[in-house]
Amino acid sequence: MALEDLCHFRDIFQEDITTERFSMPFELKEAGLSFTNNRNLLHFYIPEVEYLDESPIQFGQINLMQSASAISSQESPSAFPLPTNLPFTSSQTVPLPFPMAHGTTTLAFMFQGGVLAAADTRSSCSGLVACPASQKILPIHSHLVGTTSGTSADCMLWKRILARELRLYQLRHSRRLSTRGAAKLLSHMLHPFKGTELCVAATLCGWDGGELEDECHDHEESAGTTKTQKPDLGMTVGPSQGSSFTPQDSSRKARLSGPRLFYVCSDGTRLEGMLFSVGSGSPYAYSILDQGVRWGLTVEEATSVAREAVYRATHRDAYSGNFVDVFHITSKGWTRRKREDLKEEYYREKERQRLERKTQHDILRANTSSRHKPS
Amino acid sequence: IFTLQTFGDPGKMKDYHYTGPVEHRFSPYAFNGGTVLAVAGDDFAIVASDTRLSEGYSIHSRDSPKCYKLTDTTVIGCSGFHGDCLTLTKIIDARLKMYKHSNNKTMTSGAIAAMLSTILYGRRFFPYYVYNIIGGLDEEGKGAVYSFDPVGSYQRDTYKAGGSASAMLQPLLDNQIGFKNMEGVQHVPLTKEKAVQLVKDVFISAAERDVYTGDALRICVITKKGIDEQTLPLRKD
Repeated sequence: MALEDLCHFRDIFQEDITTERFSMPFELKEAGLSFTNNRNLLHFYIPEVEYLDESPIQFGQINLMQSASAISSQESPSAFPLPTNLPFTSSQTVPLPFPMAHGTTTLAFMFQGGVLAAADTRSSCSGLVACPASQKILPIHSHLVGTTSGTSADCMLWKRILARELRLYQLRHSRRLSTRGAAKLLSHMLHPFKGTELCVAATLCGWDGGELEDECHDHEESAGTTKTQKPDLGMTVGPSQGSSFTPQDSSRKARLSGPRLFYVCSDGTRLEGMLFSVGSGSPYAYSILDQGVRWGLTVEEATSVAREAVYRATHRDAYSGNFVDVFHITSKGWTRRKREDLKEEYYREKERQRLERKTQHDILRANTSSRHKPS
Repeated sequence: IFTLQTFGDPGKMKDYHYTGPVEHRFSPYAFNGGTVLAVAGDDFAIVASDTRLSEGYSIHSRDSPKCYKLTDTTVIGCSGFHGDCLTLTKIIDARLKMYKHSNNKTMTSGAIAAMLSTILYGRRFFPYYVYNIIGGLDEEGKGAVYSFDPVGSYQRDTYKAGGSASAMLQPLLDNQIGFKNMEGVQHVPLTKEKAVQLVKDVFISAAERDVYTGDALRICVITKKGIDEQTLPLRKD
């Protein structure tokens, strides 16, 4: 045993997963005991043991929040089968032999008619288009939609986890969690993974109801939101809107309800704002949005601005392309516009330009010929 | 050589240029090659794979098919690192059995896909190096194909190619099955015989141009009558 202590044999080969320990971790972690076990020291990491667990991912249970950095090697094992000791103590994860999917253009902004979210549909993987028709705007519940950017697997799974946690909240408290709360929840769930290669950059676009009855329908919203009210924003990020802000009336219900937009990132950023664009194509999208977005837009105008922004971004950014999805969130929930092929848009624009040039050419010819007419 | 390379290093020219001192680390992954393909029709699904198992310049086996039967209506194709493929299919089989024993019914294709997504994501920081494609019939009897990336992102498709020759096969399938990038063609729905013939042609082309694909082709055709397997020889060089 002395030799093992000397070369930290126990630390290096500390086995996290054995079958008989699954019933143990909860109580022991709460009791704060360091887990001494009589397991076989030469027990190697066996990944498939995880299937004996209830569910492979155990988030939302505060006790078992997995800390990605193996701070103390005595930390009792969670059911989450990370090989926390072996790769992480060498300060580097196992290098992946394959590339992950990244690269996108997503945007979302608030206006008087609710929140509009738009995204392209190209899922690229270091130069190869892994999927030309992926869905980057995922509905979380009837009044909350999230745009995703970063690694597509991370975004898909974390949205599922967030949807599950929001549903549990709704069932326990008989009201929906606000968008701000959902953003905070997502940010706190991602925090243990700060510093790892997890990459999620999401904008949560939602409409917060007022006080809801037990069925969580918001039929009373139509009364509260017919007047164009602006949310009370403590911190506004993004370009200033052209129109002025009217002061909020003081009733709590009116202040809490309305459209909301939050940006949450896996590095810990959580921002509230009126306009966000995320992804490799976001600089191009921002230029169109800064020019075109005002509070007073109609739904059609807002949709066309969003489509235009995604179209321009896909034209210039190699990692964005294919189709554009547009979602519109109002007090009645989210609606989805039919997916549009941007290749067609490109040809339509070329046709428009051709017609414009032709008419200009005709006008010019008409002018010159009239000037040369014998007087 | 694809094997044992970290992302972003000098790549294939490592053997020909001096790039400075390099620290060689043990990599738990290896690349064993292979290509998988799946096509969904109106009442059938096809999952096909080649049977070559290679590593570097060597061929370990010419008879190692990459389609695994999960249920009577679902077949999974796994390519990538063979060790992880075997383990993953063992885990899926065990989870299927557990589901059957506790729910008294077999898992549907969609449910298997969702479960596989969570299994793969459970190893987010030490992933299974496997490219999976599930082909089967959904609850209504229509063909369904679910394609995955190594960490669990998935979606339902009509057709998908995965593995070493996927970048060569996918555009061909886009053109022939999806009728993409063609002007003025009639979109004829795919029959089972035409689909099987297309899969054979496509794999023969892949074997010509991809060194990791070849030897033989195993096709599993899934209909409501059951799963029908055929084997076809491919180039062995």
